[in-house]
This record gives sequence, C-alpha cells and structure tokens, in this order.
Amino acid sequence: MNKKTITKFLYIVIAFVGIQSAVIADELLMARSTEDFPETMLMLQNLIKQQGYTPSRVQRVDIGLTKSGYKTDKYRVVFFGKADEIKTISEKLPELIPYLPLKISIFAEAGQTILVTIDPMSFDQMYPNSSLTPVFKRWTKDIHAIFDRIQNLD
Amino acid sequence: MFIQRFLSLAILSGFILTGVVMSQSTYAGNPDGERLYTKHCSVCHGSKGSGGVGIPLDLESFLNSISDEYLIKTIEHGRIGRTMPAFKKLGDQNIKALVKYIRSFTNAKAVTFDPTPIKGNIEHGKALFKSKCANCHGDHGQGGKGTGVTFSRPRDLSIIPPALNNPGFLASASDEMIKHTLMTGRKNTPMNSFLKQGLSESDINDVVAYIRQFETKQIPKLRDQKLAAIIMEESPYSLEKTLDNLKKAVIGKNFRIIRQQTVDDGLVAKGKQNKKQVILYFCNFQFLNESLALDPRIGLFLPCRVTVVQQGDVVKVMAINPLRLSKLFNNDELDDACKNMSNLYTEIIEEATL
Repeated sequence: MNKKTITKFLYIVIAFVGIQSAVIADELLMARSTEDFPETMLMLQNLIKQQGYTPSRVQRVDIGLTKSGYKTDKYRVVFFGKADEIKTISEKLPELIPYLPLKISIFAEAGQTILVTIDPMSFDQMYPNSSLTPVFKRWTKDIHAIFDRIQNLD
Repeated sequence: MFIQRFLSLAILSGFILTGVVMSQSTYAGNPDGERLYTKHCSVCHGSKGSGGVGIPLDLESFLNSISDEYLIKTIEHGRIGRTMPAFKKLGDQNIKALVKYIRSFTNAKAVTFDPTPIKGNIEHGKALFKSKCANCHGDHGQGGKGTGVTFSRPRDLSIIPPALNNPGFLASASDEMIKHTLMTGRKNTPMNSFLKQGLSESDINDVVAYIRQFETKQIPKLRDQKLAAIIMEESPYSLEKTLDNLKKAVIGKNFRIIRQQTVDDGLVAKGKQNKKQVILYFCNFQFLNESLALDPRIGLFLPCRVTVVQQGDVVKVMAINPLRLSKLFNNDELDDACKNMSNLYTEIIEEATL
C-alpha cells in the first residue's frame, strides 16, 4: 500500500464514521420516572440547571383543560436554554427560532411520571448544512444525561 | 511530514471509531436486560411491563402465545405508524437480553412456531374477518385507536387491538402464531378463541391467509415525504403591526391567546430581552384535549405558537411545521391531526401577513 492509498483509506474511514454517527438519532427522547410528578418536576429542573441551562418557564397545560371541563392529569412543558446560545443560533440559523427555547414535556401517569422531548439531533436532519451539528450533539448528550439521572441509569 | 499526517489521521479515526462503537454497543459484552428495558421500553410499557402509552407486556396469555422470534422481530421492526419505534440499532445481543428480561415478567414459556406459510381461501377469510375481527381490528386490519392509557382510555383496559395490516406485525408474526392466537384467544383480553365461537380450523386458516395478504397492500405514508421544518412568510408590515394582525387571525380561528413574550424571556435579565424576536402563544382547549387523546406526548407541540422575527428591515412570521414534527412520533393518527394543524398555522400566518 502506498502513502496515497493509506491517506485515502483513512479519509474514507473518517467520512464513513462521521456519517454513521450523524444518523444515530432517536426520533423522540423519552424517560419514565418511578417517582411521582412533583418529585420528578423538581428533579428535572435541578438537573437542567446542573447541565448549565436555565429553565426559562414552566407552562401548565392541565389547568386550561381542567377549567374547560376536560378530565386530565398533571401536565407541564418546561422550557430551557442558554441565553448566549439562543443569541448565536438565532443569528446563524433563524429558521430554528420556532423550535427555541428547548422544551421537555412532563406528565403524570398514575404514580409515575413521563418525560418527552425532541432529539435535538433531529434539527441536524432538518438543517443538515447549518454548521451547528456540534451544538445539536451536545444538546442530545445533555438531555440523555438528564434522562439517565431521572431513570437512575447513570 | 507524511508520517505526522498519517499518525494524526489514525489517532483521529481511532477516537471517532471508539466513540461510535461505544455509542452503538453501550451494553455489549454482557448486556443487562433490565437496564436496557428501563432505558428503551419502560417509558411506554411501564417500569414492570404493565403498559402505558404502549401495550402491557406482563400478560401471561400474551407471553405464552408468542415466540421469542416474534419479540425479537417486533423490537427490530417496530410498528410503523403505531408509536412503537424500530430498535434495530440496539444489535442482536442487546435485543436478546431485552427479550429475556421481558420473559421474566411471568412464568410463561416461549412457544416455537413452524414458519411454513398457511394456505387458505382468502375470499372466505375476508368474509370471516369482516364478521368476526373487523369490529376490534378495523375493516382493513388497521387496529384500534389511541396510544395507551393516559388521556386516551380507561386505565383498566390498556389493550389496544393491534394493527394486523402493519408491516412490522406481519414481518414479526408467523402464520402459525396468528393461527394459534385465533384458536386459543388471549385470557384477560378482549381476544377470544375463535374455535369456541364456532369457527373450524379450516376457517381459521382462511382468516390467516386473508391477514397475510395485507402484506401486499401497503400504502405509502405521509411521513415518508420530505417536509419543510417550518412554515414561514415575510410580512410587509412592521413587527408591531404584524403582531396585531397575528392576534386577530388567531382569535378569528377560535384560539385563545395565552401569552406574548420574547424568545429569550426568562433566559436574560429583564429589560435585556431581544424585542425583535417575539413569540405569541395561543390555545384551543377542545383541540388540545382531542390531540392529547391521540397521543399524550403531543405536549411537545404545546402551547400553539407563532414567532415574529425582525432581521434588519425584514419581518418574518414563522411556526414549526407540525406535520414535520409528527414524523418523530410514528403515529398515523397524529399525522392527520398535524395536517390540520399545519393548515391552520399556514392560514393564520397568511392572514397576518396579507
């Protein structure tokens, strides 16, 4: 094997592996907490902070439903983000603004709690040439870390 | 020079390869079924298999009428359009460990089925299906509605009649397994033995042959199309005027305005917000209730929202495309609701920018 062939081979390996890792994205990220809703909600907000994000708002979904006469259980949407990232991303990729800040849905199921969010790597599939892949990857990693802690998997 | 370049490339590819291999086979070696189940399955099927968004897996009558092969293939293929995603990337060893753990929910022993296809009279099977099965499984074997216990149905009935026309089901269930279920039924579920209901074994073979022919009648799904991530229009008006128009359009569509805020609200100090990026949140509770019944995870779309952004002199009005997001949920029923929601967003945005 000459130098050129080896170099070419390594570039191909890197390109292939890069593609492979880019497509490893779940559709939704979900977790079940065996704790009840208030306990999990508290844990979620603390973990969001521990990962370096700020919870910007907790939106109640159940209250409107209950007031309108529908039967429901505890349901909230927790918004969170980093101010500097929101600023940078809205400049680099304004099309992503409707998806920001990030959010996690959290709702009670009997005595347990379910959490759901979009895998941020989905944004990479929506905007493949945005140069924000490292940011999306980090968001995914951070949410996995939060969910693993909630499920006692870390 | 070359050696330096070669070494740096080799080290770099080594790092990346290691990372990927680790992420793909986190549990390789001696996979821990319980851990895998907690991470990938418990959210829908319950921490001990009692069901939730997904069906219960701890039913003895279910586990003693299916093969391990059926569980393995179900995990690999999922159920397209029926919430259950495909977990092929977990790999054989992890999937086997998962199956072993699911088996531990009861003492039921796995059944082995003969993979030989069953021959039968499809036309006769169709007539029998219509009279005996369609009531629960749908005219075309599309299955029952809803995704699970929360919001959709009473908690004491967490079984949803499966979609027998689903490619994932058909790839997982052998003819013999379907026949076995039809003949014996499943205790503690609405699925009764059809032998006890007067069908002969030959009749049941005909029903199996009819179910199997669903394989040839697959319709392309909406989610297979390439869809834009957002719905966006440029506004000829100022940001303030566009927001006023937007509020009128939202109210005109029977939605209630919940809140107006900047995108960075709550993230930066008060007074420091970027007032050129404004979100308008709104809701229609009937619409919300109906959507939650389709899939409790739809909270990710909530509350309804349109964002108005000013970049230089250009004002843009944008919203997520619910249809694009619906792809992530693997739920056909949700696709229809999201199509309506996408149309609604488009109409509101068009009205505000007209």
